[in-house]
Amino acid sequence: MKLLVCISKTPDTTSKIAFTEGNTKFDENGVQWIINPYDEWYALVRAIEMKEQDPAVTIHLVTVGEADAEPIIRKALALGGDEAIRINIQSNDSFVVASQIAAIAKEGAYDLILTGKETIDYNSACIGSMLSGLLDMPFVSLANHMVLNGNTATVKREIEGGEETCEVVLPAIVSCQKGMAEQRIPNMRGIMAARTKPLKVVEPIAVQATTSIKTYDLPPAKSGVKLVAADNVEELVRLLKEEAKAF
Amino acid sequence: MVLIYIDQADQQIKKSSLEAISYGAALAKQLGVTAEGILLGTVTDDLASLGKYGLQKLHQVADASLNHFDAKVFTQVLTEAAKAANASVLVFAHNLNGKAIAPAVAVKLHAGIVTGANSLPDTSNGFTVTKTVFSGKAFAQINIDTPIKVISINQNCFGVHLQEGACALEALSIAIPAASTKVTTTHKVEGEIPLTEANLVVSGGRGLKGPENWGIIEDLAKVLGAATACSRPVSDSDWRPHHEHVGQTGVQVAPNLYIAVGISGAIQHLAGVNRSKTIVVINKDPEAPFFKAADYGIVGDAFEVLPALTAAIQKSKA
Repeated sequence: MKLLVCISKTPDTTSKIAFTEGNTKFDENGVQWIINPYDEWYALVRAIEMKEQDPAVTIHLVTVGEADAEPIIRKALALGGDEAIRINIQSNDSFVVASQIAAIAKEGAYDLILTGKETIDYNSACIGSMLSGLLDMPFVSLANHMVLNGNTATVKREIEGGEETCEVVLPAIVSCQKGMAEQRIPNMRGIMAARTKPLKVVEPIAVQATTSIKTYDLPPAKSGVKLVAADNVEELVRLLKEEAKAF
Repeated sequence: MVLIYIDQADQQIKKSSLEAISYGAALAKQLGVTAEGILLGTVTDDLASLGKYGLQKLHQVADASLNHFDAKVFTQVLTEAAKAANASVLVFAHNLNGKAIAPAVAVKLHAGIVTGANSLPDTSNGFTVTKTVFSGKAFAQINIDTPIKVISINQNCFGVHLQEGACALEALSIAIPAASTKVTTTHKVEGEIPLTEANLVVSGGRGLKGPENWGIIEDLAKVLGAATACSRPVSDSDWRPHHEHVGQTGVQVAPNLYIAVGISGAIQHLAGVNRSKTIVVINKDPEAPFFKAADYGIVGDAFEVLPALTAAIQKSKA
């Protein structure tokens, strides 16, 4: 059983977001980088759990990024992947990123490809779906539970107001979210082992980007909170009804 | 032509799709083209009445096997439909199913896509779509540089707009590929308002001290007809189910009104709520950072304020 887990580098959740070059570029100054939480906590850790249950499982990690993505992929290896592939290109276009991963996926003949439900920087939630389009594979999105049984996976996915359980024949792509696995911290043994695990760097395939970022904006600041006394909730109800027209 | 994907569940058109129709119709008008819809499966709604949201024509693949969502099958059928209709722009709701298939359809059509759009694109010079990035901490204006464009719109950002008009219906016959998934069970929480579709949300944090105290949140939500939500520590402690977690790594909401009770307002939580139209914060700590992001606030004990607020709202509605 061969698993491919897609890993993305994102700014830490506490990062203050700012832009440079006339609001056309994300300001990386002082930013701490982490593994995209959905990729790490849910996709990767679930893959590791599967390997712990069945040693015949092999986990490959893939990331699309330049050399500055290496600490992130090493950290992912410290958590537990077997080997990693870095595709040497930086892109904000989901189609370019998905096409690179699809090229690796075709070569590797993976049984299961896992992604996080979205990255916390561009929030596009595109990669899993695009991979299914590029590879013509079944896709189960927003999964919060998954078990393997032979050549099928039983997956719970979120639907409006609930969840459904479905069976999918492998090979397949699953995007993972909360509930899938419990967060882990790499241990010393994992960190040491990660140093010698294979990390292959491959050059990107040529693909035309489909989108381009024109500019970034920060949300307008709130004009200031209107405080209401705790013993005057009627005033709050009046403001919400008449001023804010909230209900 | 703008083609709008109309999503259904349990043979009923979803509210988020009505918003997508309104958005697609406004975009079609802006571009001087027709607004048409594509519906997979069969529904009990009156389809001709979709004209009142601005839809001019509806293409329907009325095969009951499509009443069950299957990302791979839907991607293929929608791709064929978009090609047959010669669509230049496709519009999806950025809901659970939209997220699953819109990017795949875009790939099949060699189209650029922006997911989670907040407003109509600027088409004065190119095709530029504004979306939320960094989980609500910023916006990006993104150009789609391909002849065919795909947009999925954030829920509750555009609204449902009614107008005069009738919708023509056209049956579409497309070969349906074999299913790639088999649904074995479906579990729905009865009587609960789905968080992402809610206009009003009441959310609780650690300040409530324990799951046994959630009655005051639920009571307030009930009189308002609101959905309930929570902060991350609350769902991590299993006080509330995971699907209620609002924030950067949980659900991002954009309701008319978000009432935060006993939530300090960490940057990750604010990222999930800052598209809300009105934010009310109730917290006993006047220094809680959430007050800086709020429109209205009460510094006070939730256990006293909430029951009083619930009663006051009930009275105002009587």
